[in-house]
Amino acid sequence: MLSRTIRSVLTKTNKCFVNRTFTNCAPRFSGNALLEHVDTDDNRSELPFDFTPHYWEEANKILAKYPPHGKQSATVPLLDLAQRQCKGYVPIQAMHKIAEICGVPRKQVYENATFYAMFNRTPVGKYHVQVCVTTPCMLRGCDEIMEALEKHLGCKNGETDSEGLFTLGEMECMGACVNAPMVVISDYSNPPNFSYDFYEDLTVESAIEVLEKIRRGQKPTVGPQNGRPNSLGPQGRTSLFFDKGSEVQKPYCRDINAQPENKEQKK
Amino acid sequence: MLLRSTRQAAKSISAFNATRHFTLSNNNLQQATPIPTNPSIRVHGGLKDSDRIFQNIYNDFDWHVDGAVKRGDWYKTKDFMAKGHDWIIDEIKKSGLRGRGGAGFNSGLKYSFMPKSSPDGRPSYLVINADESEPGTCKDREIMRHEPHKLLEGALLVGFSMRARAAYIFIRGEFYNEALNLQQAIDEAYAKGFFGPNAAGSGYAFDCYLHRGAGAYICGEETALIESLEGKQGKPRLKPPFPANIGLYNCPTTVTNVETVAVVPTILRRGPDWFASFGRKNNSGTKLFCISGHVNNPITVEEEMSIPLRELIDKHCGGVIGGWDNLLGIIPGGSSVPVIPKHVCEDALMDFDDLKAKQTALGTAAVIVMNKQTDIINAIARLSKFYKYESCGQCTPCREGTNWLLNMMDRFVVGRAEIEEIDTIDEVSRMIEGHTICALGDAAAWPVQGLVRHFRQEMVDRIKKFKAENPGKTRRVRMADNYTV
Repeated sequence: MLSRTIRSVLTKTNKCFVNRTFTNCAPRFSGNALLEHVDTDDNRSELPFDFTPHYWEEANKILAKYPPHGKQSATVPLLDLAQRQCKGYVPIQAMHKIAEICGVPRKQVYENATFYAMFNRTPVGKYHVQVCVTTPCMLRGCDEIMEALEKHLGCKNGETDSEGLFTLGEMECMGACVNAPMVVISDYSNPPNFSYDFYEDLTVESAIEVLEKIRRGQKPTVGPQNGRPNSLGPQGRTSLFFDKGSEVQKPYCRDINAQPENKEQKK
Repeated sequence: MLLRSTRQAAKSISAFNATRHFTLSNNNLQQATPIPTNPSIRVHGGLKDSDRIFQNIYNDFDWHVDGAVKRGDWYKTKDFMAKGHDWIIDEIKKSGLRGRGGAGFNSGLKYSFMPKSSPDGRPSYLVINADESEPGTCKDREIMRHEPHKLLEGALLVGFSMRARAAYIFIRGEFYNEALNLQQAIDEAYAKGFFGPNAAGSGYAFDCYLHRGAGAYICGEETALIESLEGKQGKPRLKPPFPANIGLYNCPTTVTNVETVAVVPTILRRGPDWFASFGRKNNSGTKLFCISGHVNNPITVEEEMSIPLRELIDKHCGGVIGGWDNLLGIIPGGSSVPVIPKHVCEDALMDFDDLKAKQTALGTAAVIVMNKQTDIINAIARLSKFYKYESCGQCTPCREGTNWLLNMMDRFVVGRAEIEEIDTIDEVSRMIEGHTICALGDAAAWPVQGLVRHFRQEMVDRIKKFKAENPGKTRRVRMADNYTV
C-alpha cells in the first residue's frame, strides 16, 4: 500500500510543480506578497537610497557590535532600520545599500528579506496590526478577534483599509501566551519614532477600542487590556507576597571559601 | 529503503494499536480506583517565596541596575571569578542544572565541552538563545524585561567559565520592548564597569552585545541561530562539527537558553546543594512555568521542579475553566511535545523524566490547558499550520511533510476523510521524525502523533459525523491530493 502511495505521489509531483502556488511551495517567506520582486515607482533598483543621519547613527551602533570579519551579521538589523525609515517596508534599493554597507552579495540580503517574517516587501498602512493566531491564542478566542477586526476595518487579512491607516495581518506565536489573545501594532506613522507594542488580554470590544484610540490619535495602554499587571494572573498573585521574605531582598552570598573545608570534615 | 520504511510503518502501527488498547483499559481503571498515594514519597511543590530566584518577574521593584544591586544581583561576582573558570563549571555540575530550553541536557557538562586553550588564537563566544518562539512559552520574556541583570550577570559568569571573550544575546525581533529594556540594562552594566576590559573588577575582558532577530521560529535551533547571527538565512547546519568546535564566525561557541544562564549567579551565591534540594533526583532546581489556555488564572510562575501537574494548575491557575473534570488534555511543554489526556495528567509530575515516561516531554515547561469545549483536532491543526509556516525548507521530509500534515489535518478538522487515513497521518509523521537535520521535523510530528495516540476516537467520530451529514458528497481522497490541496 505504501509503495503505491509513494508512486502516486511521485507521479503527481511532476504535475504539481506547475499547479503549486508560491504559498504552497515555499514554507517560509514573509508577508503576503509574492516571493519575486515587482518593480514599482518607489521600489526600483535604479532609485538612490541612503539612511538618514538618525538611522546612520543607529546603524553605526549596530555595526560596532560585530568583529571586522563579521560585518555581515548586521544585515538583518539594518534591514529592520530600513523598514522603519521607509515606513513599513524594505524596497529593493535599500537592500542593495545594505549589501554595500555589510560587504555581502546582494543575493544574501534578498534571502534574508524573504526569509524573516518581520520584513515586508510591499508597502503597509501607517499601523501594521498583526493578530497572533497560534494555538494558545486560538484557545482564548483569536479567531473572533480576527473576524471582528476584518469587519471593523472593512478589509481582509493581508489587506490595508481604505484610508491606508491600518494593515491587518496575522502572525505566528508572538510569545505572550499567558496574556492571550493579543495583537501587535507596529507604528510607522511618525518616523523616526517607532513602536512595536503588544496589546494583550483582548476581547472583541477592547481590540476595536485599541484601534479606535489609535485612529483618534490617542495612545492606548500598552500590555494587558483587562487591567492585570504583566503576566500576573487576572485573579491576583499566587506567589511573591513579600510579607516575610524580606531577607531575600538584601544581597546574600554563602561563604564560598568555606565550602571545600566542610566537605573534608564530612569525609 | 522503501522496504525498511514499510516495515517500520507496519511496526509503528502495531505498536500504536497496542498503546491504544492499553490506554483505553487504563482509562477505565483510572475512573474506578483513585490513584494510590505513598506517604513516604515527598510531594514536590509549594516553593517558599524566599527560595524563588526571580523575585521581580511581576515588576514589583525597579529592574534597573540600582534596584537589581539592591536585590542582590552583581554581589561578589568578582569573588566567583577569582575562584577560576573550572570552579564555576564544577559548581554548575554539582547543582544538577539541566538546560531550560527544552532538550534538558546537563548544563555544566555542556559548558565543559568548550576548549580550554586556543592554540590557533580563535576566541570563544557565548551565545544566549533569547529567541523564545515556542507556542505557549513566555518565560524568558519576563526575565528579559523585569530581571535583565540576572541574565547579564549570568552571561558574565558563564562566559568567563568557558573562557569566552564576548556574549551575544540573540533576542527574537518581536520582543522589541524587551530588547529596549535589555539594551538599557547592558548600557547600565557597562557604565558600572560590569562589562568591558575589566569586567566587574576581575581583570577579565568581557563584552556583551544584543542582537535582534527578525521573526523566525527556526532561529531557536542552535546552529540556525548561529547562521542567523552571521547574517544569513536561519537554516540549521549539519552536526558535526558541533558549535563547541566550530560555531559563530568559525570560533568555538556555546548556545544556551536565557533561563539557564539567569539562574547561575543565584546557584553560585546560595550553593549548588541548595539548588539540588528542589525537585526529584536528576531533575533538580526551580523552574518558571507559564500556563496558558483554558485556566481561570493564566500566569507565569516560578515553582519547584517535579511539582504535580494538577497541583500547579489548581494552586496557581485557579483551576481549569469548568473544573478539573472538564479537562480534555494538556500540552505540558510547549507546542512541540505530544498532548496528554486527562487520565495521564492526573498523576503527571512536571519534570524531565516523569513526562518522558508518559510519552511526552517537559520542553520549555509551557503548559497549554484545553478543556472539553476545545476542538482538539483544530488545536493540533493550528500547530501543524505553525510548523508548516516555520519550516525553513532545507530538508525535504520537513518541507514537504509539514505541508502534507497540514493538508490532512485540515480535512480531519471538518471530517472529510476516511478512517484508515488516521493511520496514514501517523505514518507520514513518522517519516518526518528523525529524518531531518534539526528537530523541527520531530516537533511537527509529535503533536500529530499525540493526537492520534490519545484522541483517535474524536477523529473517528468527526469523520462518521461528516459522512452522515453529507451522504454521497464524500469522495475518496487520494494520497496525492494531500500533497497539492
